[in-house]
This record gives sequence, structure tokens and C-alpha cells, in this order.
Amino acid sequence: MGSPRYFYNVAGKMIPWFAVSFLLTLIAGIYYGLFVAPPDYQQGESYRIMYIHVPAAWMSMFIYMVMAVAGLISLVWRIKITEITIISSASVGASFTFLALVTGSLWGKPMWGAWWVWDARLTSELLLLFLYLGIIALYSAIEDKRVAARAISILALVGVVNIPIIHYSVEWWNTLHQTSSVTMTGKQAMSTSMLIPLLLMGISFKLYYGAVVLMRARAEVLERDRNTRWVRELVEGEMK
Amino acid sequence: MSTLSLTSAFTLLLKRDLVLAYRRRAELVNPLLFFVLVTAMFPLGIGNDPKLIQAVGPGVIWVAALLAALLSLDTMFRSDFDDGTLEQFMLSAHPISVLVLAKILAHWMITGLPLFIAAPLLAMMLNVPTDAIPTLMLTLVLGTPVLSLIGSVGVALTVGLRRGGVILSLLVLPLYVPVLIFATDAVKTSIVGIPTSAQISILAAMLIGSLVLAPLATAASLRISLS
Repeated sequence: MGSPRYFYNVAGKMIPWFAVSFLLTLIAGIYYGLFVAPPDYQQGESYRIMYIHVPAAWMSMFIYMVMAVAGLISLVWRIKITEITIISSASVGASFTFLALVTGSLWGKPMWGAWWVWDARLTSELLLLFLYLGIIALYSAIEDKRVAARAISILALVGVVNIPIIHYSVEWWNTLHQTSSVTMTGKQAMSTSMLIPLLLMGISFKLYYGAVVLMRARAEVLERDRNTRWVRELVEGEMK
Repeated sequence: MSTLSLTSAFTLLLKRDLVLAYRRRAELVNPLLFFVLVTAMFPLGIGNDPKLIQAVGPGVIWVAALLAALLSLDTMFRSDFDDGTLEQFMLSAHPISVLVLAKILAHWMITGLPLFIAAPLLAMMLNVPTDAIPTLMLTLVLGTPVLSLIGSVGVALTVGLRRGGVILSLLVLPLYVPVLIFATDAVKTSIVGIPTSAQISILAAMLIGSLVLAPLATAASLRISLS
């Protein structure tokens, strides 16, 4: 399981499944979100950016949690694949965080009248971006990549204290940002016709992450094992 | 061969770091000077309206304290890393996290305490009402150790790097934000005259939490940096 060669082959078989199901859910989600779901009675059409914004914000936290868990596993069991997962996830997570910030400020301009508001959730999302960038910077600063992977494992675990702060910041400082509308239990604050495309987009983004992280991890595996026999055989097989 | 008890190892290490710092008194003053200078720049930058200065005062003092702490962090392990003392710690029979805690405590006494002593003076200069100054002092005494504790993890991760300074600020500053928010909020609330026990309790909780967790993370990070 932990063997890089085995991982390389299995990941290669899994990527098409992730990619195809990502495209299908993306098309369905965008179609339902942009054409089927009714306009909001207060926000009109501009709420539809939520179908990108909210899943991106979910992903920004989800990927950090994945990294923290992978960090714990790599520190305890020193599994190469989980070490690779952390750094492969970091830039994807940073991109989603950036996307959430950009779409949020695009939505904020017509709704709040300002591109940027120093509201708790916006601010913590920005801090999350800095945490991602810190992980990427530390990883690229350390020459020995195995050492670098262990260093960012610790950093991811330390940074994970920031995730609850993001989540509970809405309750801590009740500011401009509207409170969360999707809850697991209790009455839904959003109508089902709006919720379905949102959940579709949420699933779609997760599948995208799965596909991209596997691609990146495969490339990372090849780079790390570039001096081993199986990689040489692989490359020579490709050349033939 | 005599064995050293853990408490005496702790106090010896603390004493050693304090003596070393005392021998280099000129360096000792630097964070304090930096703190005063940064604070003095703000009124020059934003204008001399007393109301405006009072409104930003607590925030300015805390941001300056944050930057001063960040500036001095690198000294925590630098010289010990360069001359190999850290590697000797790794070989010691005692848990590294406890030894690290002694170093963090020494670092706080060298850099955090002077800020704490200078803060009332700066608060007066920034028109912070005298009634709110005890709260400011309380937030500093609870908050600055957290800065040293969280910072120690960042330093431990970057100590082996040649240009770790910029990365250090990228790693550490986002983690300082909760302290900044609750500390300045406590001071601002006390200026208005509302009780601040909630913010103070959260700061105390952060101190206890980081006191327990940070030395462990720092010890693990040092092991990685030295590997």
C-alpha cells in the first residue's frame, strides 16, 4: 500500500474516474445552479456566485483538514504517500482559498457596497491563505524533501488550531457576514431547489480535488524516486 | 557519573540563557527600542488628533509588541544551533520539551517583560485612559508569553534555513492573530467601561493551551531541523 510504485499505478487508474465524475457533476451543478434554481427574492441573480464561492470555501477548510490528518499519519507512521499528499494538497488548497476570497469580494461589491470588508470570516479565510502559503514556502525552503515533508506535517498540525477559529468566528464576532445557511440538522434556511445545485457543486469540487491531488502526487512520486529502477523502467517503456 | 534532576536541568538552562543575555546587554535593548520606535511612528503617520490616536492606541501597542516579539524570535535558538549546543540537548536524558520550555521562558523574560514594563508609558503617549491601563498590562502579561510559545515552533522549524526570517513571519504572524484580536478587544472594551473578563479568560486559556502544546511541537520541530 505504501509502496510508491503501487501507488503510482493505482492512482493512474483512479484519475479518469475522478475526472469524468467531476465533469458530470460540474455540468449538472452549473446547469441547475444557473438555469433551474430560482432567483433569490432579496439578492436577485447575483446570489448565484455562491455556487462557486461556498464550495470553494468548504474545500479550503476540507483540504486543510486532509493535510492535518495526513500530517499526523506521516509523523506517526512515516508513510511516504501521506507525506506526498500534504504538499500535493497545499497548492490546490491555496487556490481554492484564493477562489473563495475572490468570489466573495465580487459578491460583496453589489451586496455590501465594498470589495473588502474586515469581517471575521473574510479575515480568517485570508489567514488560511497565509497558512497555506507558509506551508508551501517552508517546503520549498528545505532542501531535503523528506525533512521538508515532516516539517510541514508539524506546521499543518499547528495550523489546524486555526480551523475552529474560522468555523466559530461567525458566532464569536457577529458581524456583517451572514451566518451559515446550510445545517446538517434542523430546518433548512435555503430552499431545496437552491440547495441541490450547491451540494452538486460541493461534490464536484471534491472530485476535482481528488483528481488533481492524485496527478500531483504521481508527479511527486516520480520525482522523488527518480533514481530507482522502477521509474527508469517506466521511462524507458514510454520511450519505446 | 552523576545524574541531573529535571528541575535542576530546567533552572540551570534558564539561568544560563539569562546570563548569556545579560552579557550582551546591547542586544537586550533592541526589541524594546524597536517596540518604542514602531509605536512612535503611528501618530506621525496618522496625524495628531487625540481622539483618533486613542481609538487606534491599543491596537498600535499590540501590533508593535507582535512585531517586536517576531523580531527577537530568531535569537531563541540561533546561537545554540550554530555552535552545536542544540545537538547536545537532543542527546540529553531529559525530555526536550521541558528544556525547550526553559529556553522559551528565558526568551520571554528577556524580550516580553521589557515590553510589559514600557507599555504603560506608551499607552499614556497614545491617550489610552489610565483606567484601561491595568487591562492593557493584564493582556500583555497573558499574551506575550503566548507569542514566545507559538513563535518557538516557527523558529524551531526555520532555524536550519539560511533565509528563514521572511518564512518565519509568514508562519508565525497568522497564528498570532487570535491573541491580537482578544487582547486589543479587551483594552477597547475596558476603555468604554465594560467588564473584560470574557476576553481575559480566553487569553488565559490560550496561554494554558499553548503552554501545554507548544513545547511538544517545538521539540518535534527541533528534532526535524537537526536531522
